[in-house]
Amino acid sequence: MYYPESIIFFPFSLLSSAVPPIPAPGDIPLPSPLPEGVLVFLLVVSFLLHILFVNLMLGGSILTLWAEIKGTKNPKNKEYDLLAKEIANTITVNKSLAVVIGVAPLLTINTLYTIFFYSANALTGTLWISIVPLVTIAFLLLYFHKYSWEKYKDKKRFHIWINGIAVVFFLFVPFIFLTNINLMLFPEEWGSVKGFFSAMMLANVFPRYLHFLCASLAVTGLFLFWYMKRKRFPFESKFKDFSRTEVLKKWYKLALGASLLQLGLGPLNFFTLPWHAVSWGLAIIFIVGIVFALLAMFLLWRELKGPEEKLGKWFYPVAIALTITVLFMGTGRHVYRAAALKPHKERIQQKTEDRRQKTALLIKSFCGCFTGSGDKERS
Amino acid sequence: MFYNYIYLLKTEVFKAMDFPIFHLDFMGNRMLIAIIAIVHVIINHALAVGFIPVVTLLEYRGYRERKINPGAGLKWDELARKMMFVGFVLTTSIGALTGVGIWFSASLVNPDAIGSLIRVFYGAWFSEWIIFVLEIVFIMIYFLKWKKSNESLQTKKRHILFGAGLSVFSYCTMIIIVAILSFMMDPGNWLSDHSFLSGVANPLYIPQLYFRTPLAMMMGGAFALFLTMIFLKKGNEIREKAISFISLWLLIWTPVTAVGALLYRATIPDAMMGNLPTAIATMAFINWYDSLLLIILGAVIVSVLAALWGFLKPKKLPRAALVIPIIVMCILLGSFERVREFIRKPFVIGEYMYANGLRVEDYPLYKKNGVLPYATYVSTPRVTEKNKLEAGENVFMIACSRCHTVTGINSVVRKFRQRTAPGEDLSEEALKNYIPKMHKVWYYMPPFPGNEAELDALTAFILQMDKNPKYIRGAQTQGVKISPTHSREPNVKNTDKKGS
Repeated sequence: MYYPESIIFFPFSLLSSAVPPIPAPGDIPLPSPLPEGVLVFLLVVSFLLHILFVNLMLGGSILTLWAEIKGTKNPKNKEYDLLAKEIANTITVNKSLAVVIGVAPLLTINTLYTIFFYSANALTGTLWISIVPLVTIAFLLLYFHKYSWEKYKDKKRFHIWINGIAVVFFLFVPFIFLTNINLMLFPEEWGSVKGFFSAMMLANVFPRYLHFLCASLAVTGLFLFWYMKRKRFPFESKFKDFSRTEVLKKWYKLALGASLLQLGLGPLNFFTLPWHAVSWGLAIIFIVGIVFALLAMFLLWRELKGPEEKLGKWFYPVAIALTITVLFMGTGRHVYRAAALKPHKERIQQKTEDRRQKTALLIKSFCGCFTGSGDKERS
Repeated sequence: MFYNYIYLLKTEVFKAMDFPIFHLDFMGNRMLIAIIAIVHVIINHALAVGFIPVVTLLEYRGYRERKINPGAGLKWDELARKMMFVGFVLTTSIGALTGVGIWFSASLVNPDAIGSLIRVFYGAWFSEWIIFVLEIVFIMIYFLKWKKSNESLQTKKRHILFGAGLSVFSYCTMIIIVAILSFMMDPGNWLSDHSFLSGVANPLYIPQLYFRTPLAMMMGGAFALFLTMIFLKKGNEIREKAISFISLWLLIWTPVTAVGALLYRATIPDAMMGNLPTAIATMAFINWYDSLLLIILGAVIVSVLAALWGFLKPKKLPRAALVIPIIVMCILLGSFERVREFIRKPFVIGEYMYANGLRVEDYPLYKKNGVLPYATYVSTPRVTEKNKLEAGENVFMIACSRCHTVTGINSVVRKFRQRTAPGEDLSEEALKNYIPKMHKVWYYMPPFPGNEAELDALTAFILQMDKNPKYIRGAQTQGVKISPTHSREPNVKNTDKKGS
């Protein structure tokens, strides 16, 4: 932990005294199934798709919790309960897609970064494997919550708790992923990490987590706007007190507010990255992403200020601008990952090549020994 | 040694131990994978592959009935929907997560094996993923659109066709995953050409697929029968008909399963005999192999009796009789999962990589120089008199810990006590004699990979653990120590001390 930047935000770093050596492993001696560029493309695209649904799952369950609590606090707010139910309906689909789509980036990261990813997995193993029971329980709780709405309409506190526990699990699981994926980038830390929690304290995990959390709310706000704006969504027959515009504005405000917060959390995330892999190119990628985000925010603000009957007119430009932002952020993440791992990857390749030569030498010495002319090589 | 060098001629580059070692010293690493994988396989077979066709058929039955007797038709439809609700909840939660869990656990327990497999089967797993996504999307559409599909017979018909498509997709996932499972048991020609097609066309693929297909159908039927008894109370007008209907499904698939099981059993000896070096091992195998026949017969008889009872006398079929086929089929599936384990051992990838993650072709190197010099994450790159116990622990972690613990399930100390000195204290001499030969007596054991000094160290460690057992912690809790021969100093580029 010798990056001065990490000390700025995480005094835990100071606890480590001796700097351990950096491991220099070799690679698995089988060729990559696809060219690296193809795997990188698949990784970035499939991961962004996966994270989109994770955002919707997390954001959806948090908003369900918020709306259901709000619905019970004041009899005037009773329709919030209905709103919570509508949001909960979307989670069923989003959470299933989040898991299945996640298999593709998992498969690809396994292939592309075998040594780095598996090493980080092992070093955070207990919590890493606990993702399986934690998410399973959270999913079962979500089903229980969704399909027991009528049954527990008079036991609201209990019903809210069912989702509340699922939300706690959902809030914790990204920590495990982020810790693991962050640890993977820094083999220089592997020797000093003692279990998951010490890996969690490494630079960039917390800012990245907050950045992710905020993105979840922004994305879910935008998604719910689209979901409830659709003509096929029978808003007027479901809600009596709420008007469609009123609710849609809530989602827009959420998307705008969370995006504004990202303007603070994004740079925090960037400046807590260990600097050795940061480049001007990376900064430019992020800045371009931010420009599109600003454009989206401006459009959101104009929509909110504009006439109600035109609400949603700029929805698709907003969505496209934010998609471009996400693509730039995802690309930037990959550029950083590639830069952070570059010296280690080269080292691994060199080591594997050394082993190849040593094996050839060994075989040559054996052949020489067999024909009586290999004494020199053997020595 | 001459033979070993000949073996080495097959390789281009040796593989070392390049990953931190995750270890669970109470439950054991194997158990972690086994629990996750067994739950996943049961859900996959009983609630996806075999279950969805039954549900679709029940829905179809309701559709046909609706034309004559709409009330009864809707009851059939509601039964199918309730069943699908159970399937939907369990497959999209426990099923999906245990599927991912297999990846997670395999990467923790044997990163070398899964890392190698993924480089061979990336295409297969990626295709499976596409089918898997479609399957989940179809499951969601199928279940979530169910009530809406009752609006008219036309929409119902479309919904049923959708269910049929979903059944095909579920089955496709099985077609792919069985290729990988059977590859791990016997890679066939892949060993010589390392091509994807050779990997898929391995000798055990068709027999295993043929066995698993009807078994999954039976498991799905048995589970559907069980749910029918729960959802339909006595006196319900369609209860008996539904029990007869599903029992017939079971009856149809039972003989196909029996043939599949026998065919699979018949292919085992060919795959197995090559791994049996001694007469004792052959005897152990034959005993176990015979018991498999009893399990097949038992499972078939019990299932046929329960299904016949349900088909002929559905009114009198007790609930307990419905639980038994499920249990029996789980035992049958479990026995054949054990078969996989038996055949696969001592390898994790047949003839290529041992269960400890070390490659067969690298053994000559390890035998000569020891395993420690090739391990990145060890505190002792070589054995000295001073570090003997610590080195012994490191050798244990590399060579034994993928399958054995020190203090927990499948304890290496207990095994040595049973095998070398039943009822007596462990002795250094007995251990040193036994360890280099154990793979000849117990066919499922990989040979000891280390050299003489490492054998000494391992023996000293085992004896120490016999006297003063301690819980061995893995990299996930105690972190790693990096071997000085496989490291470089921080902040200084390209200063590798020696390399391997």
